[in-house]
Amino acid sequence: MKYQSQKVAYWFFAAAMLLLSLQIVYGFIMGFAHMGYDGLHSVIPFNTARAVHTNLLVVWLLLGFMGAAYYIIPEEAQQELVNVKLAYIQLISFLLVGVVAIVGYHLNYWEGRKFLEIPRPLDWLVVVNVLTFLGIILATLYKGKKRTTTSMVLAMGLVFAALLYLPGMVWFDNQTMDSFFRWWVVHLWVEGVWELIMGGILAFLLIKLTGVDREVIEKWLYVIVGLTFLSGILGTGHHYYYIGVGKIWLIIGGIFSMMEPLAFLAMALFAVAMYRKGEKRHPNKLALYWTLGTAVLSFVGAGLLGMAHTLPQVNMYTHGTLVTAMHGHLAFWGAYGMIVFSFITFALPNLTGRKLYDTVNGQLAFWLSNIGMLGMTAAFGVAGVAQVYLERKTGLEFGAVQQEIEVHFLVLVLNATMFATGITFYIIEFFRYGRPNNEAIGVEETL
Amino acid sequence: MLSKSQARTFFLGGTIVTFAIFLGLSWNSLSNDVPKQTNLQNLTEQVVRGKHLWESNNCMGCHTIFGEGAYYAPELTKVFERRGEGYIKAALMTQTPWAPRGRKMVAYGFSDAEATDLVAFFKWVGEVDLNGFPPKPDVSR
Repeated sequence: MKYQSQKVAYWFFAAAMLLLSLQIVYGFIMGFAHMGYDGLHSVIPFNTARAVHTNLLVVWLLLGFMGAAYYIIPEEAQQELVNVKLAYIQLISFLLVGVVAIVGYHLNYWEGRKFLEIPRPLDWLVVVNVLTFLGIILATLYKGKKRTTTSMVLAMGLVFAALLYLPGMVWFDNQTMDSFFRWWVVHLWVEGVWELIMGGILAFLLIKLTGVDREVIEKWLYVIVGLTFLSGILGTGHHYYYIGVGKIWLIIGGIFSMMEPLAFLAMALFAVAMYRKGEKRHPNKLALYWTLGTAVLSFVGAGLLGMAHTLPQVNMYTHGTLVTAMHGHLAFWGAYGMIVFSFITFALPNLTGRKLYDTVNGQLAFWLSNIGMLGMTAAFGVAGVAQVYLERKTGLEFGAVQQEIEVHFLVLVLNATMFATGITFYIIEFFRYGRPNNEAIGVEETL
Repeated sequence: MLSKSQARTFFLGGTIVTFAIFLGLSWNSLSNDVPKQTNLQNLTEQVVRGKHLWESNNCMGCHTIFGEGAYYAPELTKVFERRGEGYIKAALMTQTPWAPRGRKMVAYGFSDAEATDLVAFFKWVGEVDLNGFPPKPDVSR
């Protein structure tokens, strides 16, 4: 690292690791419940586990993005963060809001709106928190010597993500309207502005890891985020097929969401091309693994598996089944989980000065977690397709179908165990690095 | 070959144009489709109270409605038509977990008035025009 304020990123990453571990625990609770073992029902019923699982996901990813931004922006702008103390306060308060929300979910205090379960009063605290974060980032950029494309795309993604949180805070009496605007948050986040954040982080990593000229990388970054919005904004239509709005969305949503994989395909081709173009190799081999891994798996999980059920003719049958869970798991992991992991793997040696560039633990973490997640995706896919045929095509009753597909959840839990083992290795490595320190300033390897 | 400024124009231009189209289509849907397809005249206070109960108990954490939610418990869009008022109220008002085929639902123990509100909500939901969702099973057994 080059600036001592970048150290704050470490604590965001540490918090992200903690929340990810908890997320996995709640995932197991649900996996077992689907198999018929719901011993925790009276303490943690399924809807609690589900809300905790998805909300922890969103929070740890946001912590990862924020940490990455606190690391990237000083380096790109050539300027210390304007207020480090405030950044620590922002982290702690963000975690506090998160803890209150999660405890609330165990006490039936929530708003049952998928992904937006946080009650409105806590929403306002989130808003204050995110404004603080944006304030620090934008002020640093403003004071800095340089405004690079990479930092601007990243900042733009963060600002839009904050703005798009607001439609989810409006109250509607009509379930259709509620759902309509809920997707402005959820869809335009994950299939829109989060891809900007991902693109910005990916561009930064490729500049650092491959040594390819910044101008070349940033040109392609524009093309990628251009494709993202071109397809993703109108692609929101694929959530509007069957919620009580007009048939025009079947056409618009169908066409544009079929184009959504293009942005991810471009990202995968771009990462591989830059890797091959770069004449030098950064010694941080694991960071390269994760970076190429996220580029490829985001295309498979978010791009291809999303496309598989996005046409209205298909979605009519798969909508609201485990097929969605299949796509959701590999999409979130491949695109957003892995980009955060890529960044942490890149940043830790620079923050701590310890060069664990290519270790057995690190390799195990990469392979076990990814193979485990691919196996989980397959298990969800088989369960989902079976559910679609039995329930939607032949009309077998929901509960009967669920009993038929219980065995696939055994496969799911076994693969999840492999995934969790990989994550455990990753976290062991995380601790082996030790704390960030000032001796690490200015000693990182550059190409 | 594409230059960086051309790439930026592609990004900004594409974003602005598609976003403008998106806003236009959304406006059209909300002002023309929603009143017709969701039968606004039937959206009574009772239905809204039911929706509030639906949300404040995170029913979507297990069930789906309009195909949205979790996949642990049945789709409820057409539950009023499928099960009728009596069955729904029994599941909502029981003090011990309702557990069809062993899969437990939280025993909410709703009052009769609350259960009636939720039934009104389900009835309204079932009448929304969803462009054909949920599909009718079309393979004969």
